[in-house]
Amino acid sequence: MIRVVLPAHLRILAGVKGEVALDVAGDATICAVLDALEAAYPALGGTIRDQVTKQRRPFVRFFACEEDLSHTPPDSRLPSAVASGLEPLLIVGAIAGG
Amino acid sequence: MSTVRVLAGTRKGAFVLTADGKREKWDVSGPHFGGWEMYHVKGSPADPNRIYASQSSGWFGQLIQRSDDGGQTWKPVGNKFVYDGVPGTHQWYDGTPHPWEFKRVWHLEPSLTDPDTVYAGVEDAALFRSTDAGQTWEELSGLRKHGSGPHWQPGAGGMCLHTIILDPADPQRIYIAISAAGAFRSGDGGRTWQPINRGLYSKYIPDPTAEVGHCVHHVAMHRSRPDVLFMQKHWDVMRSDNAGDSWQKISGNLPVDFGFAIDVHAHEPETIYVVPIKSDSEHYPPEGKLRVYRSRTGGNEWEPLSEGLPQRDCYVNVLRDAMAVDALDECGVYFGTTGGQIYGSADAGDHWAPIVRDLPAVLSVEVQTLP
Repeated sequence: MIRVVLPAHLRILAGVKGEVALDVAGDATICAVLDALEAAYPALGGTIRDQVTKQRRPFVRFFACEEDLSHTPPDSRLPSAVASGLEPLLIVGAIAGG
Repeated sequence: MSTVRVLAGTRKGAFVLTADGKREKWDVSGPHFGGWEMYHVKGSPADPNRIYASQSSGWFGQLIQRSDDGGQTWKPVGNKFVYDGVPGTHQWYDGTPHPWEFKRVWHLEPSLTDPDTVYAGVEDAALFRSTDAGQTWEELSGLRKHGSGPHWQPGAGGMCLHTIILDPADPQRIYIAISAAGAFRSGDGGRTWQPINRGLYSKYIPDPTAEVGHCVHHVAMHRSRPDVLFMQKHWDVMRSDNAGDSWQKISGNLPVDFGFAIDVHAHEPETIYVVPIKSDSEHYPPEGKLRVYRSRTGGNEWEPLSEGLPQRDCYVNVLRDAMAVDALDECGVYFGTTGGQIYGSADAGDHWAPIVRDLPAVLSVEVQTLP
C-alpha cells in the first residue's frame, strides 16, 4: 500500500480527508502511483499532470523522504520507504504568487 | 411567485444568490469551490436545475463542475479538452507563430433545448461541445481551421473565445466572438464558420478594416430577434441588423465607447445596457463614477443610470460576462465588479442596490428566472 498526501484543494476535489492509500501494481513509480490515483479518483485527472502528455503541471511538485522528486523521470522507482508504505509521497502545490 | 437565481463566478469561488420576485431580500450561498477561479457559471434553459461551471486554477488546471439540483450539490465532470488534429500556430503578441495551447474555459453555453448539450469557449480560442452533460468534449474545429486561425492574435487578457450565442429560431446558427480575432457565425451547427466583422474599424491594428483581428469584447442578442446583434468592442459599441453581415457604430452620446459588458432588456429588444470604462489602459469608470448607460432606441441615444451606484471614488471594472438580465415582468438587470460588488436593479436600471458588496473580483454573472 502506497501512501499519498494531496494538497488541500485536491483532497476536497477527491472527497477525501487525510492521506490516500493506494494499491499500485508492478514497480512503484510516480507514473504508476498517479495512474492508480487517477483510477481511484477520476476527478483528479488533469489536475496533477496533463491528460495527454502526462507531463507534471508546472506548479505541482513531488516530494518524498525529504527529497524533491519533481524532476526525476516519472518511470523511475520511488524510494523503498515510499514503496513499502513507511513514508508518504507528497504531492504539493507550489508556493507561488506573491 | 417567481424566484430569481443569480450565478456569480469570481476569482476565488462561485456564489449563488436567490430572491423572490420582489428582488429585495437575497440569500447568498457560497463560496462554492473556494479558492478556485470560476470563470463562468450558467444554467440550462431546458432544465434550470442543471448548471454548468468552469473551475480553474494556475496550479491544478481546468475542471468542469455540474449541478443537477440548482447549485446545491456539484459533481466534477469531464475536463479533457484536446484540440482536434495538429493544433498548429496562431500569432503571438509580437506577431511570431505560437503553438495553440489549451489554458482554460472562459464561457459555457448550455443548449436551449437539451440539458445534456453544452458548448465551451476556451483559451487558446476554440469551441468545444459536449452532448453527454459535460462528461466528454469534442472540438468543433471548423472554427479554428476555417482559414484565418493562424492570423489570430491574443488580446491583453489572452486569446479567448468568450461569447457563444445560440439562435433560438434556428438551431443550426451559432455566433461566437474571440479576443482578438473578432466575431464568427456558423449556419450548420458549428461545422463551418465565417467571420462577420464587416463594418468594424480598429485603428490599433495594421489594417483597421481587416476581416479578422478585431478585439470584440462581448456580443448580445434578444431572443425574439436573432438577426439583431449588439457588440461592445475594445473601442466602439456596434450594432448589426443582418446577423453580423455588417455593423454600424451606435456609440452616440456615450461618455466613452470603451467597455466590456453589454446586454439587452428581456422584453424590449431595442433597450440595451453598457458600462462605459475610461480606457484600455485604465479599466475603471470615467470620473470615478460607476454608471450603467441605457439606450431605449437600439443605440446612439444613451442615458446614464446612477441611482444607487457609487458616484465618487469608484475604480472598479465590469468584465465582459459580468452583466445579465432576468425575465420577470419588470426586467431585472445585474452586474458584478472587480471590486466584488454585485448590483441589481429590479426596475430595468432606474434604481440600483448592492446584493453583496465584498465578494472576490467578479468574473461573470448569469441569471435564471424560475417559476
